[in-house]
Amino acid sequence: MPRRRRPRKIVEPPKFKGYAPYGCQDKDAGTVDLLYEEYEAIKLADYDGLSHHQACVLMGISRPTFARIYESARQKIALALVEVKTIKSVYGNVSMDENWFHCQVCFNHFTLPFPEKGRLCPLCRSEKLETIHSK
Amino acid sequence: MKTIITAQEASPESKLDSRFGRCAFFCLHDSTDGQITFIQNEFKDAQGGAGTKVVEKLLTMKVDRIISGDFGPKAKDILDKFKIQLVKIHDDQKTIKEIISTLK
Repeated sequence: MPRRRRPRKIVEPPKFKGYAPYGCQDKDAGTVDLLYEEYEAIKLADYDGLSHHQACVLMGISRPTFARIYESARQKIALALVEVKTIKSVYGNVSMDENWFHCQVCFNHFTLPFPEKGRLCPLCRSEKLETIHSK
Repeated sequence: MKTIITAQEASPESKLDSRFGRCAFFCLHDSTDGQITFIQNEFKDAQGGAGTKVVEKLLTMKVDRIISGDFGPKAKDILDKFKIQLVKIHDDQKTIKEIISTLK
């Protein structure tokens, strides 16, 4: 049995559901699933300009693990660009620091202080919620 | 239910202010009578701790829900403790009027 995966801490899930190429000949080249932790790794290392060591501390994982996630993120993005695939952001093996919920209809985030009163989006009343917390 | 929406100006046509502690105005919407009042944020240009000061002020008003673009970690910790619902709207082009109409 493999060792269990530690949850990777992320600050915020990506603000997009995916990226699709346009102006290409082949219609359906398939999709690539970019996990939340891979997006976070790219964000910390390349956007925020942190070293892998600083970034791995923030995500609560070891440096080699961070390097693996980062590497896989780059490979997936490169694969998507070269093979004209759609990038989809997928909930991976992550834990959020905060108890936010994500509405799949209006894409807004909110907290539910009284979960016993029902799990509805306060803005669009939809029930299609995604938890972005670990509990 | 009392809802606070952070606004850039004091009118229903105003856009949502994406900052919480340093927004220009608060729009208080009371769902029992549908009344809207605008309150100026005196902590807009505070030196520090604008979020916490605003939270203290809003707690005295007994609000149930706060809608903004984002919340700082300190403000969120306190508001969670007092069981106030937080809503983050990513689209900052939305007007106060549009947001209130979705609440009904």
